[in-house]
Amino acid sequence: MNVSRRGFLKLSGAVAAVSGLGISLKPTAAHAKELKIKYAKETTTICPYCSVGCSIIVSTRDGRVINTEGDPDSPINKGSLCSKGGSIYQMAVNENRLGKPLYRAPFASEWKEVEWDWAFEKIAENVKKSRDASFKRTNAKGELVNRTEGIASVGSAAMDNEECYTYQKFLRGLGLVYIEHQARI
Amino acid sequence: MTNHWVDFKNTDVFLIMGSNPASNHPVSFKWIMEAVEKRGAKIICVDPRFTQSAAKAHLYAPLRSGTDIAFLGGMIKYILDNKLYFEEYIKHYTNATFLVNPALRLPGDNKGVFSGLVNGKYEKDTWSYQTDANGVIRKDPTMKDKNCVFQLLKKHYARYTPELVSRITGTPEDKLIEVYKLYGSTGKPNKAGVELYAMGWTQHTVGAQNIRTMAIIQLLLGNMGIAGGGVAALRGESNVQGSTDYALLFHILPGYMGIPTGSMPTLSAYNDKRTPKTKEKNSLNWWKNFPKYSSSFLRAMYGENVRPEEAYAMIPKIDDGANYSWLNLFDQMYKEKFTGFFAWGMNPACSGAHSNKVRQALSKLDWMVNVNLFDNETGSFWRGPGMDPAKIKTEVFMLPCAASIEKEGSITNSGRVMQWRYKAVNPVGDALPDGDIMSEIFLKVKALYEKKGGPHKDAITKMPWPYGKMVGKHFHYDPHMVAREINGYFLVDKKLENPTKKGEFKEFKKGDLVPSFAWLQDDGSTCSGNWLYCNSISDKGNLAMRRGQADATGLGLYPEWAWSWPVNRRIIYNGASVDPSGNPWDPTRAVIKWNGEKWVGDVPDGVGNPGSGRPPFIMKPDGVAHLFGPGMADGPFPEHYEPLECPIEGNLLSPQKNNPVVKRFDKPGVGSDLDVYSNVTSCDPRYPFICSTYRVSEHWQTGVLTRWCPWLAEMQPGMFVEIGEELAKEKGIVSGDRCIVSSARGEVECSAIVTPRFKPFTVDGNPIHQIGIPWHFGWITTKDRVYNPGDKKAEVFTHGDSANLLVPTIGDPNTMIPESKAFMANVMKKGGK
Repeated sequence: MNVSRRGFLKLSGAVAAVSGLGISLKPTAAHAKELKIKYAKETTTICPYCSVGCSIIVSTRDGRVINTEGDPDSPINKGSLCSKGGSIYQMAVNENRLGKPLYRAPFASEWKEVEWDWAFEKIAENVKKSRDASFKRTNAKGELVNRTEGIASVGSAAMDNEECYTYQKFLRGLGLVYIEHQARI
Repeated sequence: MTNHWVDFKNTDVFLIMGSNPASNHPVSFKWIMEAVEKRGAKIICVDPRFTQSAAKAHLYAPLRSGTDIAFLGGMIKYILDNKLYFEEYIKHYTNATFLVNPALRLPGDNKGVFSGLVNGKYEKDTWSYQTDANGVIRKDPTMKDKNCVFQLLKKHYARYTPELVSRITGTPEDKLIEVYKLYGSTGKPNKAGVELYAMGWTQHTVGAQNIRTMAIIQLLLGNMGIAGGGVAALRGESNVQGSTDYALLFHILPGYMGIPTGSMPTLSAYNDKRTPKTKEKNSLNWWKNFPKYSSSFLRAMYGENVRPEEAYAMIPKIDDGANYSWLNLFDQMYKEKFTGFFAWGMNPACSGAHSNKVRQALSKLDWMVNVNLFDNETGSFWRGPGMDPAKIKTEVFMLPCAASIEKEGSITNSGRVMQWRYKAVNPVGDALPDGDIMSEIFLKVKALYEKKGGPHKDAITKMPWPYGKMVGKHFHYDPHMVAREINGYFLVDKKLENPTKKGEFKEFKKGDLVPSFAWLQDDGSTCSGNWLYCNSISDKGNLAMRRGQADATGLGLYPEWAWSWPVNRRIIYNGASVDPSGNPWDPTRAVIKWNGEKWVGDVPDGVGNPGSGRPPFIMKPDGVAHLFGPGMADGPFPEHYEPLECPIEGNLLSPQKNNPVVKRFDKPGVGSDLDVYSNVTSCDPRYPFICSTYRVSEHWQTGVLTRWCPWLAEMQPGMFVEIGEELAKEKGIVSGDRCIVSSARGEVECSAIVTPRFKPFTVDGNPIHQIGIPWHFGWITTKDRVYNPGDKKAEVFTHGDSANLLVPTIGDPNTMIPESKAFMANVMKKGGK
């Protein structure tokens, strides 16, 4: 059966209505089912969990995610999602997401909310201090190595390709050699 | 993956071993079941546990964790003894005919090790080929010479008899033969077999060799390069393929270029050492293009105002032979080598082997930056179990980042398909995309060096960052500008001859996109952040955004859906899917076909015009695939060794018990006081059971995201230990009992799940039990921890801490991936004995 995505959505609405009510399709039931994403803006995304690369339709209204579901146009998942992929709605609509930079001072027992600018300035100063103290132009053999041994980094396979590229550029620009991430474990 | 997910529909026999796709890559099973329903495909599942994948299999065989090479070595022997191999394929497309140095000694004649072992490391001079006066490798096309690779392979695996393999693996002999026979049936040109592996194969001290063994089998059976074939690495994270391609690893630069070392002081020395050479006249030796990729990468790093030679001098170099990988990194951190640390989009306090060592190591830092969506065990390590914040100096920044649907960019799946994600909503609260965060930090560091100076400051101040603009107070990162630099463009006007069509010229203007990596230059006239992704953007836009549905071959290649590296090729090594005269081995599943003028189907890989004689494995200098693999750290052929922690006294195959070249962190002067193992020299009654970690469908990795999602937390609420009925009876444990699982390094509390999915193995006549634990949990989302005002509290609590508290700090000698899949443990009822 060749179903366009629009057709698919209508069809799945109808199927849900039939199975939900167990009786014939009432127009009101089908209508109510469609309302959920009516006037919603749709964007596609790829699932952030495993590496199958399932496509997901994200429906938003007034800047809020109102629904997520499998994208039937993707030749990879053809609309299917697993339990994790089916739950990404809860990644965006989740009161426990961190919304403010947090800072823990040495020996402190609590977090403190801070502003981005303050955090960026302090991190940059820390980076410079650690780098300056540990930078090596040459190694024990006298070979040119230009590296920073006092800072390490792990991460991240959760970033986009473009971010991975700029992240390695950032780290190698600082001279880091201890660069690792999920692929090693 | 050499192939891709949809390609599973073209398979005749699946070997699921070292993975559990039904649980961990659930949607992939759609294609597996399609092959079963439409082609009558058969599924074989080999696993210590009767998994959800096993439940769907036609044939299940249990094996003791850590004995895959013995199992597969037996399969190689069976294939060779019964002549199930694809002779024409191996003669033309592998090194089966190559003659090896007669001085090479195999483990069967050399106490279980290959020749060249000196002080725990191999010197490889005997792992070489015989060459003629011109340096060309000597070959025996009849494959009868006793020193040819084919005969050596036969000799090496003759020792892997079903009887011995069964004693080692605990797999009943009849099951072994059934598996060998069914999988061996794919050696015919019209049959395709694929192997699906994941961490079940990599997380061993013989991890890389597990995969090598399978590669040998796939080559013997002619299963590489064909539709429905290949070796499928089922990767665990949505963009771990991409993050590996982009070299967030110590040993490579983007596009798998080896890292510069101290002995390569100049770009020309680097190119010279990293560019392979060959005397084989028909071999294309693709990596001969290395200098074009390195030059273009350096141009991307430092732009048009710094010559590639200068840029090369600026970037960091490691010492020759140094290893800065994960286990070493945390060992060094524990020894106070670092003052600063970025844990970016990672939760090592739960994902690192011997998590307690990792957690202790974090307390030795001056500062740490942790970027994540939720509070997690790494950012909050200083208030974790057993920690006294008043004694921990580490200054911690926990920075909230955008989720995947709150920014845009591309990711690359296991099948190398690069797909674009669009922004649906703004990040929650003040959270920012990772790109914005790293840009802000970089630009602030750069400003500091511009103002105050510092060692080697040019490496920072001269680094261009043309990736966006200031919007209000913040830098807004634009992934489209980055994607353009990754693809690469011309830095000067240039007229070039088409690399694939002699006599045809094309003119490029400064700023024009480079059409594909074949056009990249070694003279500094092009930039490309990652040559593998050159061709991902065209004049039509970013190809990762494509949503075309066309599938002309009917094989599910979908060439207009997004884009795949390299050059939109969907099945790599597809040049091996046709015979030397260019005819598909299987015309009903032709990946590529010669139409009289050109190849049609997938983007051809490695083949010249039909009959050109060019061997198709062009990434190898000699053009053929390697049955004999002298590049490995631990032997040119895979050999069975026991896991470092194992339940038996010795290796039943040879006097060499463990992989002879592993790095032992418990040796004096190597690791630390925390690096302890059990059951190494003799069986330790305190830890009598094999333990393996694994995943469930409802959680992802350390659970750093999924434990905070109430739907998922409700479905899988906590740490459990899966125990076979026989062992449970012995220990007086019933389902639901609170239990303590312990190893030489730590313990975790679990709920018992008593199932028939684990059966005791009979290993050399003795019963051996195996248990299993998932690794998705951590203390941050538990109910009983201390909560400060303002702390985030999970809507649905989970219980239990990380399985990695138990895992040893021992890794594979090639990859240094920790041995999480086979270590020794105990299980007992909480409060009991």
